[in-house]
Amino acid sequence: MSPENKIQDAQSIKEEMLGSYPTKTARKRQKQFVVNEPGLEAKQEIQANVRTLPGIITQRGCSYAGCKGVVLGPTRNILNITHGPIGCGYYSWLTRRNQTRPESDTDDNFMPYCLSTDMQDENIIFGGEKKLKKAIEEAVDIFHPKAVGVFSTCPIGLIGDDVHAVSKEMSEKTGANIFGFSCEGYKGVSQSAGHHIANNQLFKHVIGKGKACKAGKFKVAMLGEYNIGGDAFALEELFDKCGITLVATFSGNSTYEQFASAHLADLTVVMCHRSINYVADMIEKKYGVPWFKVNFIGAEASAKSLRKIAEYFDNAELKARVEKVIAEEMAKVKSALDEIKPKVEGKTAMLFVGGSRAHHYQELFKEMGMKILAAGYEFAHRDDYEGRDVLPTIKVDADSRNIEELHVEAHASEYRPRKTKEELEALAKKGFEFRDYKGMMPEMDAGTLVIDDINHFETEIIIEKYKPDIFCAGIKEKYVIQKLGMPLKQLHSYDYGGPYASFAGAINFYRDVERMLNTRIWKHIKAPWHKVEPLAAVFINATN
Amino acid sequence: MLLRHTPKEVKEREALTINPAKTCQPIGAMYAALGIHNCLPHSHGSQGCCSYHRSMLTRHYKEPVMATTSSFTEGSAVFGGQANLLAAVENIFALYKPDVIAVHTTCLSETIGDDIPQIVSKAVEEGKVPPGKFVIHANTPSYIGSHVTGFANMVKGMVKYFSVRTGVKDNQVNIIPGWVEPSDMREIKRLTAEMGVKSIMFPDTSEIMDSPQTGKFEMYGKGGVTIDELRASGDSIATLAMGHEASVPAGELLDSKCKVKLYELDVPIGLKATDRFIKTLSDVMNVPVPESIERERGRLVDILTDNEQYFYNKRVALYGDPDQLIPMCEFLVDIGMRPVYVVTGTPGKYFAARMPEVLKDIPEAKFRQGPQADMFLVHQWIKNEPVDLLIGNTWGKYIARDENVPLIRFGFPIMDRVGHSYFPNVGYTGAIRLIEKLLNAILDKRDREAPEEKFELMF
Repeated sequence: MSPENKIQDAQSIKEEMLGSYPTKTARKRQKQFVVNEPGLEAKQEIQANVRTLPGIITQRGCSYAGCKGVVLGPTRNILNITHGPIGCGYYSWLTRRNQTRPESDTDDNFMPYCLSTDMQDENIIFGGEKKLKKAIEEAVDIFHPKAVGVFSTCPIGLIGDDVHAVSKEMSEKTGANIFGFSCEGYKGVSQSAGHHIANNQLFKHVIGKGKACKAGKFKVAMLGEYNIGGDAFALEELFDKCGITLVATFSGNSTYEQFASAHLADLTVVMCHRSINYVADMIEKKYGVPWFKVNFIGAEASAKSLRKIAEYFDNAELKARVEKVIAEEMAKVKSALDEIKPKVEGKTAMLFVGGSRAHHYQELFKEMGMKILAAGYEFAHRDDYEGRDVLPTIKVDADSRNIEELHVEAHASEYRPRKTKEELEALAKKGFEFRDYKGMMPEMDAGTLVIDDINHFETEIIIEKYKPDIFCAGIKEKYVIQKLGMPLKQLHSYDYGGPYASFAGAINFYRDVERMLNTRIWKHIKAPWHKVEPLAAVFINATN
Repeated sequence: MLLRHTPKEVKEREALTINPAKTCQPIGAMYAALGIHNCLPHSHGSQGCCSYHRSMLTRHYKEPVMATTSSFTEGSAVFGGQANLLAAVENIFALYKPDVIAVHTTCLSETIGDDIPQIVSKAVEEGKVPPGKFVIHANTPSYIGSHVTGFANMVKGMVKYFSVRTGVKDNQVNIIPGWVEPSDMREIKRLTAEMGVKSIMFPDTSEIMDSPQTGKFEMYGKGGVTIDELRASGDSIATLAMGHEASVPAGELLDSKCKVKLYELDVPIGLKATDRFIKTLSDVMNVPVPESIERERGRLVDILTDNEQYFYNKRVALYGDPDQLIPMCEFLVDIGMRPVYVVTGTPGKYFAARMPEVLKDIPEAKFRQGPQADMFLVHQWIKNEPVDLLIGNTWGKYIARDENVPLIRFGFPIMDRVGHSYFPNVGYTGAIRLIEKLLNAILDKRDREAPEEKFELMF
């Protein structure tokens, strides 16, 4: 089909879909649904990071999930206490598949523990601060943590418990670094608000406190990598091979100490732009560490990202080592693709997930020769779709205004520019970009659908119209889609597989997707007696 | 060690819950509402609640769990969630066309004080509820009770909104099965039919949470109690409410509202609890117990007598919900085992009243209930004096691995194994399955750990 026809087709699907909505709902949804036309002079705009319409069956979760679950969840030696009724702590207990590897058997690892103040009705009526203090005291007494995070759930904001004051008081009393998070579930419009709340507090209370970090010649802090299914392990191994020192990861396989000394790295790289780009900005402003976007999902993307890091450090030895690693790894990737690509080439995929993954994972599908029909994020903002150029033009609405924007200035003694003006100019001349992210839409074909915060109703329609071979989303969508007789690849939990990051991860992904597409299980759905068997029919007719 | 910070020494805690043996009300309400035919559960609160509940139920069942949310923002938290619920009702009926929306509240909407019936009547006035469609509700504040309370409240809501008494009795029995699996509900219905008794079960998640792969997604599944059946429950001869916490509140309401006599039973887990179910059904409905059921019972007793040596004096730790723990402990004692540690996070006087009787022959047994009766405490008890078996949900695997104790997955949620939605734990046949699981766990460990010269071919 020509791109023009594809665009027309997609437009008519959009209209059909909007026609089924109540008027007000249609008006709101239409702005979050774009038929992609990259390269237009007037760039297309998509509405994102706006309220989900009630009753619509969204994929989204809440601010608490983004704060406690996503950002702080993967850190093993910050003790997390959920302040609220029991549910929030319970559901975020080990359910995000963050793996961690303590350095020794005696090192702190609090991740398998779920701590909660388990608020009861009398605490809601009379206030829960007293109970929170007592709970912190008991937790410190049992676990002896260096740091404690206290997470507010919905009712906490309403009853007015001051988790920050309690944290400060208990910090002084116990000697542990205790900080609170006002991440009540109703803050913002999705998990994204929670990421921001979490990162702001880490910036205020942890980052910069460390005086020393891992030694190394090329020190990098990686932001926005959460070690789902061992991704961070794969990246640690890769960086190690290249001679690059990862001093901190936010937050996969991380520790309090890594966070505290992240500002001592000489470069910050950002994997998941959505959840943390502002921290990279703040570290640069306060400590002089430059940042750029990387992507280690996809073999080509991994190679490109490694080269960019080597280019940044501008060291011949590093560049040579990186090239050697890329050559070795790409040989393995090529041999895997030689085997797998012919089995999947031309098949189609849709990705509706997260705040970066729906973009990053397109790389892997493209490497396999597959086509992307549609994609969208669950909780991203316009810059993740359209690129950072649009940042100054994003309207701050009432829901975003409530999320604190930290004002950051250069640190009096610890601000240290990592590159001279001349060095930066030389890099710029070569086309080297800092603080860069072009977003998902420019990389998608004309006529593909870009849908923000997709809901169940829309999902069913686009599947019916486009019949993709594979759909990528999360656990809530998994069995809905599979009941339609097609595979769903979970890109939050990886269906308990992975890692998918780095070259080795790419190979894992190709193999998993090839298996899902070609497994013979799907062929058994129809019982043999429902299959047309013309010969038997003729025979019966004949005897009649 | 995964749980390397759990000290052996038990210190009483007043405020901190660690590794809870319960969760919050709304998830129970959502599960119960899924057991109504053509019903869409709706969570009136922030998006996260609905997302968390759907995720956890999905992990447990590996099935679609469809539910909606009011998607509260800071504005709704301040001004109340009326506008959100009205918008939700309109969107839901337009897009998803259920017969019933079953609204449950959350800690947020409860703290604000949203009045659901008032909002629903506004929705009706504004024409947002199509004729012949219903919006029902249950108040499920997360800071009271547990997930079991939420289940009970939604079941009570079904009676409140639908059950009617016409004055003409139907020769049928209501069965409120409690928070059990679709497989269990199916088995209870099978046994009832085998007795020749007509029944109405609510909620009923069979054919919803165990739906077949057909290549077609069905929003609501085939199963679930219908509105007509719920209405007719007011004319039944009796209600068998299985489980004091999950089922009795609805049974009591049905008794007071429609004068349907309530018989309180345990969930029929194990020999005696199933005997009581069969005997009650036989007495109440005045039907004899058929030979087929006698023979099922006989097969269970046979497997018990055949394997009695492997159970004798084995120490067991359990965590979970009162309605399951009571009959399960009774069964363990019946087969010679020693349930020595039992905890539940779910409050309620009934557990405290029943457990001393159930555990009267196990003087060393400890049982605890409430916020600090958590898995952290069970683990500490185990560290002080080990057990041979651990029985509970998936989270127990961390204790099981650290302490090298086999874990029998039982209860909610089970996120790492399948089977629970397909094979029942209730009835005589369910008890045979439990026995198989217990035996396999004990004997697999023995096989794995026996010195070579003591390795046995036969048991």
